Amino acid sequence: MEYKLSFKEYHKALMKNKLMGLKCKECGTVTCPPQMSCSSCTGFDLDVTELSGKGKITTYTTVYVAAEGRESEAPYIIVLVELEEGPWIMGNLYDLDPSRASLDLIGRPVQMGTRIFPGDKYSDGPAARPAFRFAD
Amino acid sequence: MRKVAIVGTGHTDFMSDAPKTEVEMFCEAGTEAMQEASVVPKDIQALYCGNVFGDFAEGQGMIQSYIANELGCHHVPATRFEGACASATLAIRDAFMWVASGFYDVVLVGGTEKATAMGTPLATRTFAMGSDAKYEFPAGITFPAYFALLANLYAYKYEVAMERLREQMSMISVQSHFYGTKNPHAQFKHKEITMDQVSKGFVVASPLRLLDCCPFSDGAAVLVLASEEKAKQLTDKPVYITGIGQASSPKMSAQAPFLPRIRARELSVKQAYDMAGIGPEDIDLCELHDCFSIASIIAAENMGFAENGKGGELWEKGETKIDGKIPINISGGLKAKGHPIGATGASQTCEVVRQLRGDMAAEGRQVEGAKTGLVDTLGGDGIISNLILQTGV
Ligand SMILES: [Zn+2]
Repeated sequence: MEYKLSFKEYHKALMKNKLMGLKCKECGTVTCPPQMSCSSCTGFDLDVTELSGKGKITTYTTVYVAAEGRESEAPYIIVLVELEEGPWIMGNLYDLDPSRASLDLIGRPVQMGTRIFPGDKYSDGPAARPAFRFAD
Repeated sequence: MRKVAIVGTGHTDFMSDAPKTEVEMFCEAGTEAMQEASVVPKDIQALYCGNVFGDFAEGQGMIQSYIANELGCHHVPATRFEGACASATLAIRDAFMWVASGFYDVVLVGGTEKATAMGTPLATRTFAMGSDAKYEFPAGITFPAYFALLANLYAYKYEVAMERLREQMSMISVQSHFYGTKNPHAQFKHKEITMDQVSKGFVVASPLRLLDCCPFSDGAAVLVLASEEKAKQLTDKPVYITGIGQASSPKMSAQAPFLPRIRARELSVKQAYDMAGIGPEDIDLCELHDCFSIASIIAAENMGFAENGKGGELWEKGETKIDGKIPINISGGLKAKGHPIGATGASQTCEVVRQLRGDMAAEGRQVEGAKTGLVDTLGGDGIISNLILQTGV
């Protein structure tokens, strides 16, 4: 069975600031990032759908020790965001001095933009990543 | 299914910059386990080995085949297990099933790792391979960051003030280092630490500081498993594997409905409890996966030792100490004993077996009267395996 929304297609849309996901025809659940089956009912009957990129922060951390090749990015903030349509996705927050991140971030509304991870010798090419800014 | 016992254990010193190769460390622990079980290489019918980063640390893939032959177990089927930090526990679970099924009577199972050979930047990169490479690594997720995200979510969701959670996390590291000084194989056998040292260490990923994190480590641990009939011939102190569990998780963001609970652990440990016909109240000691201080709190809750949001109170009240209600990580845990990831599950199992045999008195860390122990190992952001070990059953 062919993927309804492959990583490549998802990535291509994300490069244009468009967040794509999958809506289940059986149970209505929205799955994002995409995968083969509905994250809720495991059905395969899924429609590609564009998401708003709006959501709220559910948790965060400021990373000071980065992986090899990414040292110059640190410190940086990682957030998990609950999207309006339901799913959570992982991204970065660039709207705040990383040393000032605190629990007050949880619940803050955000809007998605994108930045590119150019990839390293272990990754199969670049990957766009959600980069959030405050929406309140 | 037949009953399966652990009849031999071997454990190298855990350390940084080990002078031995991964094969050598496995073979040293392996021969110790075989001598303890009174078996020789020709008795071993199959070999199972946890090893995660041999490819990166030594440029060595398919290490299991070389281990088998160097050890003298010529041409036996040898299989490598890769489940990040849970690799050896997955290996033990599979080894158990091969013996329980009747296919083999005596097998060797363990793990080996030389993580410090990679250095911290590459090790941080390779450890992050235990997260989703396409959808989550681009945001810069690291293994400490995964648990840091959980720590902040935990404080928020269960309304535990960060100051209090910070103190509980420090207590966990202090307790682990205290018991680590009693374990001659521990990486930090000479290093006790204070609450103040933990709370003042540099931040790795907020709110986790250096001493909230387990070290990179080198080492190996190996066990001999045998069928009940064979075990009775080999030892008068068999320790039986009476419950096993294993479960998988999706990428971190897709665990959303449950976080900061790790649902896979709740399912895995239930499999093990149900199989053994016992519950959390029957566990006399537990070696749990304390890769980070907050991980201990979440693990204790997932396994039913405390209500969600109250796991840290176990350490506050001293219930996790050697004479407490549920002694946890009396080995020093991953934090102080060390975490050579492909070996960790075998090390935890080795520790519980030796406790159940009553071998720890000489080291001053015997859990008195322990009959039932629980092993808990977490790989990456969500492969979990649990084992229940019992004596006198
Ligand atoms: Zn569905």
